[in-house]
Amino acid sequence: MNENEISEFRSDVRAWLQDNKPAAPSFLLPETFMEVGTDQQFEFLRRWQQTVYEAGYLGMSWPEAYGGGGQPQVMQDIVNQEMAAQRVPFVPNTIGLNWAGPLILEMGTEADKQRYIKNILSAEDIWCQGFSEPDHGSDLGNAQVRAVKDGDEYVINGSKIWTSLGSYAKYMILIARTSNEGPNKYAGLSFFLAPMTADGITPTPIKKLTGEYGFCQTYFTDARIPADCMLGNEGEGWSVAMKTLMFERGAVGGQAGGLSMMDLNINDIVELARRATRNGRPAIEDPLTRDELVKLVLEAKGHVVMGSRARIPALGGTYPTAVAMSGKLRGTELKRKMTRFALSLQGANGARFISEAALDGGKWQRSYLNAFSGTIGGGTSQIQKNILGERVLGLPKS
Amino acid sequence: MIRFSEEQAMLLDTAREFCQKRAPIDVVRQAIQAGQPLDATLWQTMVDLGWLGVTIPETYGGLGLDLADTVPIFEAMGRQLLATPMLASTLATQVLITNGSDEQKAQWLPKIATGQIATLALTEANGSWESDQITTQLNQSAAGAMTLTGSKAFVLDAGVADVILVSALQDDALRWCLVDASDLPDGAIQREVVIDETRRSYSLAFSDLPIRADQVLPGTSFKKIELAAMLLITAEMSGGLEGVLAVIVDYLNTRKQFDRLIGSYQAMKHPTVDILMGAEMTRSYLYHAATVWRDETDDVAVESAVRMAKCCASEQFSEAGDRGIQFHGGFGFTYECDAQLFLRRALWGQYQFGDERHQRQKLAGLLF
Ligand SMILES: Cc1cc2nc3c(=O)[nH]c(=O)nc-3n(C[C@H](O)[C@H](O)[C@H](O)COP(=O)(O)OP(=O)(O)OC[C@H]3O[C@@H](n4cnc5c(N)ncnc54)[C@H](O)[C@@H]3O)c2cc1C
Ligand SMILES: Cc1cc2nc3c(=O)[nH]c(=O)nc-3n(C[C@H](O)[C@H](O)[C@H](O)COP(=O)(O)OP(=O)(O)OC[C@H]3O[C@@H](n4cnc5c(N)ncnc54)[C@H](O)[C@@H]3O)c2cc1C
Repeated sequence: MNENEISEFRSDVRAWLQDNKPAAPSFLLPETFMEVGTDQQFEFLRRWQQTVYEAGYLGMSWPEAYGGGGQPQVMQDIVNQEMAAQRVPFVPNTIGLNWAGPLILEMGTEADKQRYIKNILSAEDIWCQGFSEPDHGSDLGNAQVRAVKDGDEYVINGSKIWTSLGSYAKYMILIARTSNEGPNKYAGLSFFLAPMTADGITPTPIKKLTGEYGFCQTYFTDARIPADCMLGNEGEGWSVAMKTLMFERGAVGGQAGGLSMMDLNINDIVELARRATRNGRPAIEDPLTRDELVKLVLEAKGHVVMGSRARIPALGGTYPTAVAMSGKLRGTELKRKMTRFALSLQGANGARFISEAALDGGKWQRSYLNAFSGTIGGGTSQIQKNILGERVLGLPKS
Repeated sequence: MIRFSEEQAMLLDTAREFCQKRAPIDVVRQAIQAGQPLDATLWQTMVDLGWLGVTIPETYGGLGLDLADTVPIFEAMGRQLLATPMLASTLATQVLITNGSDEQKAQWLPKIATGQIATLALTEANGSWESDQITTQLNQSAAGAMTLTGSKAFVLDAGVADVILVSALQDDALRWCLVDASDLPDGAIQREVVIDETRRSYSLAFSDLPIRADQVLPGTSFKKIELAAMLLITAEMSGGLEGVLAVIVDYLNTRKQFDRLIGSYQAMKHPTVDILMGAEMTRSYLYHAATVWRDETDDVAVESAVRMAKCCASEQFSEAGDRGIQFHGGFGFTYECDAQLFLRRALWGQYQFGDERHQRQKLAGLLF
């Protein structure tokens, strides 16, 4: 696409979003797919995803044969940017759209693609991820949920935990142990596209630190799933899981796109600093607060310019993968810092929580507590630092 | 948005290779030991490469490119701790280009392009450099004769310079004066002791130094020169940051304690990742500032971009240098450990033309 076509497309998208953006509901919407806690929230967001997909603004670069748009990636990128800029709600089927979907497109059979891709885009089938277990989170390679082959089925036993969207999902990307043999803990793992509808699979909601719901513990009790649900071969689960995490952390492309969380922009924090008061005056007038705000603006802006430099290979430097590999760490830590700072702008009112008396109904307090979903989920910040130290800098394993 | 021109990409490659070859760390150390004499052969090679004329208009024998195009050269020099008079000469060149008369340009720019050394005397003896804090005076007698009185500090390479551009107050207006180094009396130029031993830094004392009218530049643009200095020092710091990171990673991958490489300890690994992030961010801010410098006409945008870059570099490089010492244990405490060279370089850059606190203070006014 040339510059003219791009800017024309951008303004079309913008106009469509402005015309079709749903009116704010009477209830507080969640800000990320990991926070969907009520049926009301879920139905609202699912309808929004359907609308976006039907307008042709989701999966634009995925093959037409499976329900995608068959268009260049740049168009989806523009849609994503405009969705963030126009502050529309996010699309909830993130695990399907951005992790499971690209994975299936890359390594699924023709039948898998026909069966799953279109319904991922339309939000007909919601997907969840069964990786973490109560005793094995960061140490995912030690996962112990058992999958035992019995004829043309696998029988699953054990439990997965922190399953986002677990109560709404029709399918789960599941990593389970098919064998205890092999040279290391990774060798016995296999990867499944498991139907949540099978008997013996019970997602049980867990209350989050905010007091709301958002994820589940998923119990498997002699649950039987068809053997052809396996993606890749038996014993290859670890490498499939790693591939999934590359999609999840945004280290490689191929995602369907769409916002998976509400964009929190540093300008929102600056604007809040003008509105919120400390000691009876706008927080932004307090010299110490101002300095802290400049620091935060610099960090946020730094995040943006890093992305911009990453697009220029000649400026890659000694560690060309550093910027892409660190995006998850930087983005989620920045969000945590911004939301935490947002509370400090409110003086004594920083101590309020979701209620009418709180500034913006307590949105900032909720956002801060929820920000840990980013710094813990998908591999904690500490694990990200291990990865960067070892794979980018080449330091020895811990 | 960052744009990187063909010229910059080419200069980056050439400069990296050149600096690596010409300034390995033992050469840097030998130069320090010898009191940092000017390496005439090296200087001539740089002149032959055209580096001194990158920003000089073609009519005066230069390449006529933008100051932003020199950023890769300064970054490459910073990576190897190479300190040549190119920083001083390039900044003095900007003063002449933006403020000089045609005669002044014609007289000096071709000479600078071919290797005569020019420098800039901006900072006052008390450490202030901003336009409202200049105290050096350009006085005029009733008969019209002008003289210069005051003292300057942190004047790079003054001892080898042919010409010095001095900021001074004439009544209440700021002016630039061209001072021929050979016109200065004995003792007017004194070597200073600064924390970065790779620098040749001098103080200047002017006491009723006669100044002819043709030594006063017609232009009075000042801010842009201060920002140019920040941009180039940031480029050097970005390179230095990459250098100290390499020193740290190397040690973490070779030193063993408790039968393990110390890089396997997260107490070392995680802060080293923080340094990597700081280096990546500094470099991004640097090339962002270079892009804005070249493409943007809005003064506030240029000033913000440069100050953000200088702020980031000051904070991140000094922190990386600091950790670089600590991570070498007892060896880090020695003169022999290269980490000290980088820390001392970082501290010099941090405090020239405003550390991070200074920059944030300015940015608060620009941003909010
Ligand atoms: C909101 C939310 C949604 C989630 N959604 C899903 C989901 O949909 N599906 C799913 O499978 N999982 C999900 N997770 C789980 C998530 O991936 C795990 O919580 C995460 O990987 C950490 O595992 P853990 O909770 O067992 O913590 P642990 O691994 O027990 O970690 C505890 C602490 O120890 C630190 N630590 C652990 N190992 C190391 C090490 N080697 N070096 C340094 N520090 C270490 C960690 O950083 C952490 O601070 C979700 C989590 C959250 C918070
Ligand atoms: C000024 C000075 C005076 C001294 N005087 C004396 C003296 O009089 N007599 C004497 O015997 N000694 C003396 N020492 C030595 C001092 O005790 C050692 O330098 C110190 O114990 C560190 O050992 P090292 O230098 O071998 O560094 P190393 O042990 O090699 O450490 C290098 C780096 O690795 C880190 N590191 C090492 N192991 C671990 C780990 N397990 N986990 C995390 N990080 C780790 C260290 O923190 C350090 O940053 C002196 C040191 C100094 C600086």
